[in-house]
Amino acid sequence: MKPVAFDYARPTSVPEACALLAGDENARVLAGGQTLIPMLAMRLARPSRLVDIARIPELSGTRDTGTHVVIGAATRQAVAERDPLVARKAPLLAKALPWVGHAPTRNRGTIGGSIANGDPAAEIPLVAVTLDAALVVETIAETSELTAVDFYLGPMITALPEGGILTSVRFPVWADGRIGTGFHEVSARKSDFAIVAAAAQVALDADGRCTALALGIGGAGDTPVRLDGVAQALIGSRLEEEAVREAVEAATAELETADDLHASAAYRRRVAATLARRAILDARDEAAGGRHAR
Amino acid sequence: MAQPASFKYVSRKRRVREDRRFVSGQATFVSDVTPAGTLHAAVVTSPYACARIAAIDASEALAMPGVHLVVGGQDLAAATDPLLVGVDAPLVIRYPLAVDRARYAGEWVAAVVADSRALAEDAREKIRIDYEPLPFLLDGEAAYKADSTPVHPDHGSNVLLDKRFVWGDVDEAFAAAPHKGAYRVKWGRSATVPIETFGVVASWDPWREMLDVWASIQMPKFADQIARALRMPLNGVRVHQDVDVGGSYGVKRGIKHAVLAGYLSRRLSRPVKLIEDRLENMCGGDMHGPERVFDVELAFDGAGLVHAMRMRALDNVGAYAGRSPLQLGKPVGSIVGPYRIGAVAYHAIAVTTNKTPQEAVRGFGQSPTNYAIETGIDRVAEALALDRLEVRRRNFIRAEEFPYLIPSGTTYDSGDYHTVVAKTLDRLGWEALVAERDRLRTTGQLAGIGVASCLEPSGGNSSFEPLLNTKNTTTTWMESCRIMVDALGAITLTIHTTSSGQGHETLAATVAGEVLQIDPDRIRVVRATSLESLPSNSPVGSRMAIMLGGAVHHAAGQVRDKLIAIAAHRLGAPASALRYRDGGVEHPASGRAMEWIDLATIAHRHFHLLPPGMAPGLAFDHILQVPTGLELPTPDGRVQMYPCFSFEFHVVLVAIDPEIGKPQIRRYVIGHDCGTVINPDIVRGMTLGGIAHGIGAALLEEFAYDGEGQLVAQSFMDYLLPSAHEVPEVEIVHHVTPSPNTVLGQKGSGESGYLGAPAALSSAINDAVRPLGIRFEVLPMRISAIGDAIAEAVRRQETSKGASR
Amino acid sequence: MRVELSVNGRTVAVDVEPRRTLLDCLREDVGLDGTHAGCEHGVCGACTILLDGEPVRSCLMLAVQGDGHAITTIEGLSPGPGELSVLQDAFCETHGLQCGYCTPGMILAGQALLARTLSPSRAEIVEAISGNICRCTGYGQIVEAIALAAQRLRAANRKAGGA
Repeated sequence: MKPVAFDYARPTSVPEACALLAGDENARVLAGGQTLIPMLAMRLARPSRLVDIARIPELSGTRDTGTHVVIGAATRQAVAERDPLVARKAPLLAKALPWVGHAPTRNRGTIGGSIANGDPAAEIPLVAVTLDAALVVETIAETSELTAVDFYLGPMITALPEGGILTSVRFPVWADGRIGTGFHEVSARKSDFAIVAAAAQVALDADGRCTALALGIGGAGDTPVRLDGVAQALIGSRLEEEAVREAVEAATAELETADDLHASAAYRRRVAATLARRAILDARDEAAGGRHAR
Repeated sequence: MAQPASFKYVSRKRRVREDRRFVSGQATFVSDVTPAGTLHAAVVTSPYACARIAAIDASEALAMPGVHLVVGGQDLAAATDPLLVGVDAPLVIRYPLAVDRARYAGEWVAAVVADSRALAEDAREKIRIDYEPLPFLLDGEAAYKADSTPVHPDHGSNVLLDKRFVWGDVDEAFAAAPHKGAYRVKWGRSATVPIETFGVVASWDPWREMLDVWASIQMPKFADQIARALRMPLNGVRVHQDVDVGGSYGVKRGIKHAVLAGYLSRRLSRPVKLIEDRLENMCGGDMHGPERVFDVELAFDGAGLVHAMRMRALDNVGAYAGRSPLQLGKPVGSIVGPYRIGAVAYHAIAVTTNKTPQEAVRGFGQSPTNYAIETGIDRVAEALALDRLEVRRRNFIRAEEFPYLIPSGTTYDSGDYHTVVAKTLDRLGWEALVAERDRLRTTGQLAGIGVASCLEPSGGNSSFEPLLNTKNTTTTWMESCRIMVDALGAITLTIHTTSSGQGHETLAATVAGEVLQIDPDRIRVVRATSLESLPSNSPVGSRMAIMLGGAVHHAAGQVRDKLIAIAAHRLGAPASALRYRDGGVEHPASGRAMEWIDLATIAHRHFHLLPPGMAPGLAFDHILQVPTGLELPTPDGRVQMYPCFSFEFHVVLVAIDPEIGKPQIRRYVIGHDCGTVINPDIVRGMTLGGIAHGIGAALLEEFAYDGEGQLVAQSFMDYLLPSAHEVPEVEIVHHVTPSPNTVLGQKGSGESGYLGAPAALSSAINDAVRPLGIRFEVLPMRISAIGDAIAEAVRRQETSKGASR
Repeated sequence: MRVELSVNGRTVAVDVEPRRTLLDCLREDVGLDGTHAGCEHGVCGACTILLDGEPVRSCLMLAVQGDGHAITTIEGLSPGPGELSVLQDAFCETHGLQCGYCTPGMILAGQALLARTLSPSRAEIVEAISGNICRCTGYGQIVEAIALAAQRLRAANRKAGGA
């Protein structure tokens, strides 16, 4: 399983990288390589050139803007996993990261790489969609921002423009109330992509009423999906189990789900509801346990 | 034979000496072998499940720099003989590459040789092959029908094997039985899938007229089959057996790979290296395992005693035959399992379809058969509302009944099933386990305990070959050892096979050390090439502890006896008055003794001191025939198969979150009796590894196909191998019932754990879901199928509750 | 392309195609064939090496990405010719292997864990090796090997009065 022959370039800046991509429509970005290199090995990806952005300094690192945690796209998943800023201010991502592949793949894989790859069963895109993170994309012509919700068009199909590089991901910070998160996944083995997964984040006021709720489902259909209907139904409530169950069942009843070797469409739809309920209740309990937004 | 307590080295803790080279990265696997001038091969595979190969155009590939040769099936058909088929189906013809017709998606159609593997892969993309797709067939039952399109038109049908056996008064037993039950279970297509794929390096030397072969091989008569196919004298093929093999557990037979590589090397007079990549391996490596449908009927009485069994086993073998249909025959040697079932009718069917061919998988059909039998025992208990353990106890052959002749003609050597079960239950705390299951059920989980009791036939008497193919009259299954004591007294053993992790060097040294009463770590073990080899049948059929152990024991015994004879002559006393101890010989009556080095020196240097008529030197060969089963099968299909029968008893506690459907193994205990254990760490490793493999087969692994005949599980992304997360801690409860048929009382353990784990897990999951009125009868039992079935059953229960209000 | 790799403390210059994986480069260009190819798509872990002390799959790295890192292969663990490290020896003591094909990757995964903690729980050991598939052992004796090595290293530290 040897790849086709290709050239390799290691630009030292984003504009240089964009120029390389603009000059060759068969050039592809290489960051962590954990999803690209298997595709190269199977000759499913046949680039003319790889543009290695992993060591461009401005693409790595996390910073706090107050309203967002900004993560450089080439930040290694293992680094984000250990980052105290991510733990404090992007707790849903912190909770999901141990589910991403294995420690060895997280040592090389990047946050941006997983997002740009767009696997519908991947955990990081699910978190991005659940929180409707902002994705900053650069081409040789311009810098633009896309929302995660708008970014995913189909399985491994994204709105990344021709010649574009995802440079950073901006996860919104929830400033008000007590924050809690929940993440549940069913997979055949722990390291596998999800058969179905649910990510939830809630904010409770001092009385324990829900002031904000975000819920996303991954692995079920062609893209990760955010279930806004659930938020609408539950904001203002105390997230009692029955209310959560009803809201989640209503929202997932029409969920488009995939049927494949690993699970039936019916299984995904039904278990999406189960995991969503559990994730919201976990988030509620965690928030009630006294986490405060900072 | 000696009891375990009196062994000096056997059964004691001893490091496996082979481990040293593996932990330091100093082993030699076949990909590590690169003779000067090696070229690299890659294969082109068929995208269609069935297609006529109309034309192959390699011109563009051959024009690429670094590309040396492209061959197709026609080249192989012209220059080589077809590969051997185990059953009587001479018109099911197989060459290493497809000839005129591709019969499964992934079949190897052409081969490219280039300076590097990457170049070979570049070149194969340039080879243009015109295919004319043909109708294809995937389903085994459909293939059994007379009007199905034959995968091999010349053979005339898809039936490779269709044999019925009746042992005992089956119909009468069914007529008389107060109870009958029938069921169907399906064993899904999985395999052992070693982490190292198959690979071979073949190097033809036209000056010495020798074909050297290095391969990741576990195959009896490997050199024979290469020579035969390539139309070479057998002693013109030299297989290097000191290649380390990265796991096999049955499947690495590699004959099409080796013949292809040998042919390419002879064409080029250069070494050719063919290492399957994982995609080539999964689709076209021809290493899939049984895919079997069992239809079973049991006749039993009110006490749960099973009087007769009818079993129909249909196996979907894939597009070619090889040895795989014989996997329906091996279970005949233990067709009643550990039970006193008096009459059996067995109908074995193997059919061809357009799927990847099967190869021998660990147990050679035993694990699927155990799954079928154990399902039945559980059903009997359920039908009579009896305890599953009690039904087993009542049906077990009793310790005092051994040796025990079963209806199909095999005698089980020894066993004490009741004691192993009692010991295991006592050690695990059966009542507490049941209480734990019940407690889990009160928390909203489904929970179940599974039990399975089965045999591991060991010793590898392959009399299923003549049983299923009367044209095959082979009755010799042998293993050999050469022992040499050199002039300075050092001991070297030679063994004559490859190994794939079983610790044969350590096993051989331990047995020799036991006989000679010399520390095994002082005994060196080397491997011969096939040219210098005494006969060996390879580590198959859980045979090496018995057969290699036996051969070593006898060879070492001959050294000891010669030393005693020399000492007798020198000391002027009869051998009966002498005692061999710790490498020397003493005469207790006089107190005189002669030590090892003195005796070895006489043997090598002082001919004048030897007894008259004794040859000089101190070297012996022993070629050991399998201890039982020296006759061909009777006309009604009775035959003695394997000589020794190990026993295992599994107890598993499983919990299932009913909303998710994912089984969690909470406790796993196995009682294991393989007779005298030569090396405890090796046996433990086999059992734990076998259970992990069985977990995979029961819950995770399947070579699934889509409607287009394409293998869906083509890579490790979809063929799911258990990781450390999926395998629980396993407690092993040990028992020793020695075999009367072997030198030390040892039986085999190479298949242990795998033979009963799928049955045990099925039993546990079915126990968990029984309150819902559902059961699972197909392996693997996937999360989604379990979840959907539970959800449907819960919905039905709630609907009927609602209706009854 | 010319690349300088630091492997087991030595600098090696190789000239490779960009498509050459670090795995193939180590095995064939650097001549260290203790690292093994099992699947070439990043699932089995037989190709595991340490990159700056952390386990990575060398089949999922290109050789041209390997400069500027400290690469450790199984050969780098042996203190000298014919000598075994505490961890390697522990694998021999518990028989934490059979065919040996997954073993280099398994040992390196264990090595990285023990560099972080000498008191790993069983769950931590299982997690650390969960990216390495073994078809022979069922993992039991592998976990025991790593636990035994941890125990011996702790004892050695106590004897040395070390931190």
